[in-house]
Amino acid sequence: MFRQPLSRALSLPVLGSPTRVARVCTSARSMQVQSEGKPQPEKVEVFIDDKPVYVLPGTTVLQAAAQIGIEIPRFCYHERLAVAGNCRMCLVEVEKSPKPIAACAMPVMKGMRIKTNSDLTKKAREGIMEFLLVNHPLDCPICDQGGECDLQDQSMAFGSDRSRFTDIHFSGKRAVEDKDIGPLIKTIMTRCIHCTRCIRFASEVAGIDDLGTTGRGNDMQVGTYVEKLFLSELSGNIIDLCPVGALTSKPYSFVARPWETRRIESVDVMDAVGSNIIVTTRTNEVLRILPKTNEEINEEWLADKSRFACDGLKRQRLVTPMMKSCSGELEPVEWEDAICAAAAAIQNCPPDSLVAVAGELADAESMVALKDLVNRMGSEHVYTEHIFPLQGSGIDLRAAYLLNTKIANVEEADFILLIGTNVRYEAPILNARIRKAYVHNETEIALVGPEVNLSYNYMHCGTSPSIVQEFASGQSSHPVYQKMMKAKRPMVIIGADQLKGPEGMSMLATAQQLAYNLEISLSDKNWEAALDIGYKPGASDALQANPKVVYLLGADAGYIDRNMLPKDCCVIYQGHHGDSGAEMADIVLPGAAYTEKRATYVNTEGRAQQTLPAVTPPGRARVDWKIIRALSEVMGQTLPYDDLDEMRMRMCQISPTLVSYGETDTNSFMPEVIQLSCNYQKPLSCELDVEMKKLSDYFMTDPISRASPTMAKCVQAVHKQETNPY
Amino acid sequence: MAGVLARLLQGSKTNLGAVGPLISFSNVPVRYESQQAKTKFGPLSDSDRIFTNLYGRHDWRLSGALARGDWYKTKEIIVMGSDWIINEMKTSGLRGRGGAGFPTGMKWSFMNKPSDGRPKYLVVNADEGEPGTCKDREIMRHDPHKLIEGCLIGGFAIGARAAYIYIRGEFYNEATNLQVAIAEAYQTGLIGRNACNTGYDFDVFVHRGAGAYICGEETALIESIEGKQGKPRLKPPFPADVGVFGCPTTVNNVETIAVAPTICRRGGSWFASFGRPRNSGTKLFNISGHVNTPCTVEEEMSIPLKELIELHAGGVIGGWDNLLAIIPGGSSTPLIPKDVCTTAVMDFDGLVAVNTSLGTAAIIVMDKSTDIVKAIARLIMFYKHESCGQCTPCREGVAWMNKIIYRFVEGNASPKEIDMLWEISKQIEGHSICALADGAAWPVQGLIRHFRPELERRMAEYAQKCGPNHKNAGNANSVSLILSLTKSTTNDGRRPREGAPADNCSKRFYKYLKRRGADGRTSRRRSS
Repeated sequence: MFRQPLSRALSLPVLGSPTRVARVCTSARSMQVQSEGKPQPEKVEVFIDDKPVYVLPGTTVLQAAAQIGIEIPRFCYHERLAVAGNCRMCLVEVEKSPKPIAACAMPVMKGMRIKTNSDLTKKAREGIMEFLLVNHPLDCPICDQGGECDLQDQSMAFGSDRSRFTDIHFSGKRAVEDKDIGPLIKTIMTRCIHCTRCIRFASEVAGIDDLGTTGRGNDMQVGTYVEKLFLSELSGNIIDLCPVGALTSKPYSFVARPWETRRIESVDVMDAVGSNIIVTTRTNEVLRILPKTNEEINEEWLADKSRFACDGLKRQRLVTPMMKSCSGELEPVEWEDAICAAAAAIQNCPPDSLVAVAGELADAESMVALKDLVNRMGSEHVYTEHIFPLQGSGIDLRAAYLLNTKIANVEEADFILLIGTNVRYEAPILNARIRKAYVHNETEIALVGPEVNLSYNYMHCGTSPSIVQEFASGQSSHPVYQKMMKAKRPMVIIGADQLKGPEGMSMLATAQQLAYNLEISLSDKNWEAALDIGYKPGASDALQANPKVVYLLGADAGYIDRNMLPKDCCVIYQGHHGDSGAEMADIVLPGAAYTEKRATYVNTEGRAQQTLPAVTPPGRARVDWKIIRALSEVMGQTLPYDDLDEMRMRMCQISPTLVSYGETDTNSFMPEVIQLSCNYQKPLSCELDVEMKKLSDYFMTDPISRASPTMAKCVQAVHKQETNPY
Repeated sequence: MAGVLARLLQGSKTNLGAVGPLISFSNVPVRYESQQAKTKFGPLSDSDRIFTNLYGRHDWRLSGALARGDWYKTKEIIVMGSDWIINEMKTSGLRGRGGAGFPTGMKWSFMNKPSDGRPKYLVVNADEGEPGTCKDREIMRHDPHKLIEGCLIGGFAIGARAAYIYIRGEFYNEATNLQVAIAEAYQTGLIGRNACNTGYDFDVFVHRGAGAYICGEETALIESIEGKQGKPRLKPPFPADVGVFGCPTTVNNVETIAVAPTICRRGGSWFASFGRPRNSGTKLFNISGHVNTPCTVEEEMSIPLKELIELHAGGVIGGWDNLLAIIPGGSSTPLIPKDVCTTAVMDFDGLVAVNTSLGTAAIIVMDKSTDIVKAIARLIMFYKHESCGQCTPCREGVAWMNKIIYRFVEGNASPKEIDMLWEISKQIEGHSICALADGAAWPVQGLIRHFRPELERRMAEYAQKCGPNHKNAGNANSVSLILSLTKSTTNDGRRPREGAPADNCSKRFYKYLKRRGADGRTSRRRSS
């Protein structure tokens, strides 16, 4: 009945999810850790509908009821937000209390006898429901929330079966002007039931106090005080939070009803976090993307790019193989022609002149296949687009390039040093975790690098990396250093942007020296799988060595320029969007996007997760690893895997972590990494800088989001907001 | 009129002779000994009045206050210790004067927990916004030193670092006087560092509100002091745990605090000797409305309502028989009709016994010229306007009640809506975060409880005038109800079939429908 499953209140792993096994393990582990800590206070016994339940003191009545499977209806209560207690829907009768109490806010007391189904409780719920409906428009037939509306569901379950709102004949209902809060969220404020979830989300999670209430009593309105846009990298979450249709998705408005759609659980690839998502489809078309709860990654939030860029999946797609004609134009050809031409080019190429470059949206399967193919041809030139220092341990030890502490554990850190990163836009979900630590754990945060708005207060230590060196040397009187030394669980996050330059290695080595638990936020780049498989970071050297054939696997970041390559070089591009890679290609092989294939992606923690096909690839596009497998067959170098299982076996040979879905490796070789890199510390001189400084830089960063009209509107809206005097 | 003159003269006489109430203490017969047998309450003798400058006939500044006995032996009281003070308050049986009537001694003893390092605060609720109530402002403008001394004693008793007096924004002159008095007290070392030479540091701050009724609710008041929107907090945690700025706080009404020094000086048992058990003490009563001399007067608790009005307010205009109803405790309490008023006793238990409440003891008298429905409707409009809008029952329910009751004023409703309104008021009561919604529901309940025939009469009258079904078209039940009301059954005694014009009345109704258009709506709107 409820959109929020019971288990969420208990924060137990969701059963039946593909990552279930792993998560049961980890939660058991974390519970162990908990019990090792300070002794648990004694549990108190309470009775809910005469059933005894033992809970910790301080548990609310609502949580206690959830433990024995009794759902108490609610609107304003949300597990991840502060308790507001203002909808009063969760009123329940408590024995010896003259008034019903709000279950969401009332802590249990020993021997409390709660009746969730008594006449008094039912009457109270019915009354509240009636009041909510008094001013709620009956426009369910044209409301986008229809079918997934808490108010609809709960009025069926707890409301009265008839209306006695006679005043509809006299004065009607309240009407509220709609607000324009941006290109992502549509507001129909008359439907608002003033639960204030959106306000609490904005101020607690997103960290912008733009939303609030104005006016009193029946004239109270939820809005932005002055007319302005609600622009946040996490804004879309208030759509999910809204229990009614007051806040709905603008791009999705009037598109589909929830019962018409198929929901496929998948993984997001727009940033390095790997948020779990639900892809909603109908008639082979991705309609919208919703977050799927995963406590260890995204909780239940989703960044705006991950949520709204899905309309980019329908635009600028490569739907047919193409080859460059004599006139230099790309022309559609048959698969046979394209594959044969590609095979011929690779076969005729001297082994050392074959270079493969994988982009950030490439999946592990296709990268394994491509590497196998290139290796069979005698070449070792497989690269990622992005740069990572190769000295020291390089990419030999995973600990060097992963977020070793794991996303969920960010909450437990008591000091976080950010080096040259704007986490807010590079990994919004990670930033939400840091903010959570900041709010609930009083974590102190310091930043070295350009001063950016991270949605929480931090100590700024300038933009010069020399301060990091000062910290690493162990002799610093800087107050930030003192705080870091005092902290019990400090953490360092270095932005991937800082590792690119000539001083990247020194920067990395310094940072590694600084912290045992070094974390690297790899910004929005999905390259952990590539590094796991053995792709070398940074292709520029190889590309300057006169390659004959360059195979681009979704390499669209713009690092590779046709002018860098010799004139006679044949560029084969395999990918799903007509972006910078396809533009310079001689042969284009249309691949599938992440919603169209069952593929493996590894997030910044080193956690492998797989996407599931929600729709079929458009036109004549095919699943990527199969294209490479077909190519190998034409070349007479047939790769030894015919189906996905065999493919995964091969991946397992390379690295078992690639197929242990949902799990992260806790065995870190960090001491070895530090040992190997300690000699590479050199004086640093470059000022730190980050690519994404403003919200407008965030929206369009990869081929999918660059093709998305919604994202384009977001950029426009941000520019418009910048000229807004408020 | 003569009575009033006498009262005023008496008051002045006391003031002339009262160097300090302590002197008169020994002269007063010890009344608490005969407490068991006590059956007669009031009138209060002048020597027992706590507020001796209620009418501003004397100097309100420090010199005048000292002459009236304020700040007398304050140091000795403080030296007795907080336990002694709290014990005296418990002995006195003082119940909070802000409306809820919570025993003050017990409230203060909640603050006696061992400190966890957070400072404690005393907050004085001077946001006197309840319509009809005008007691605190008299204290603040004419006797501000009583309040400040009370702050020191109360603050010391609970171990508070400072007192915040949250004063209603509209009370400009009161805030000014209070501020002057605070400055005087600081200058003479009565408060501030080493207050009254006791070694205790105590500050008093005045915070002016912005005129929201809801800020008189203790947690909303705390929010407002903190600079936030005045919206009540959820309880628990109670302010004694987490109050202003997250620190343990006690919130008391002005009158409660202002009587504390006198109780300490004259002894809790002296205070307890007034009124019935559990309702002891003296109390400021505000009498307004249709009386000859509206006034604020200090009287003994448990004084009969009729006696109180006749003694101090010069009686109801046109005599007691001209009385229609009385709201005995500020606008949020249910009204009581004349026959109940005759026997009602003005204390907490006495008024609960007649289904109403003492509240702030603001007596609103309404004589027979009152449009009682309109009067209550106006109160509901006030509550609708002052609802903070945070929680559902109050935000939606009070606005809905307001719509309904304004239709009741002219009778544009069906009698079954009276029961509906009753139910709605019950749905609101006790379901909200704070007590504002209760206060909005009670007047309606009082009206329905005692004036249902009046409501029905208006509806019948309206139906007669505007056609039986007026605006309730499509509501078949109301058709039949109104038909039965106008005694329009068919010849054989059966009710007319719904939807068929069976007799004159229904024919008139159909004619009316035709005139108004098919949906039966009239163009007439309620006068607003």
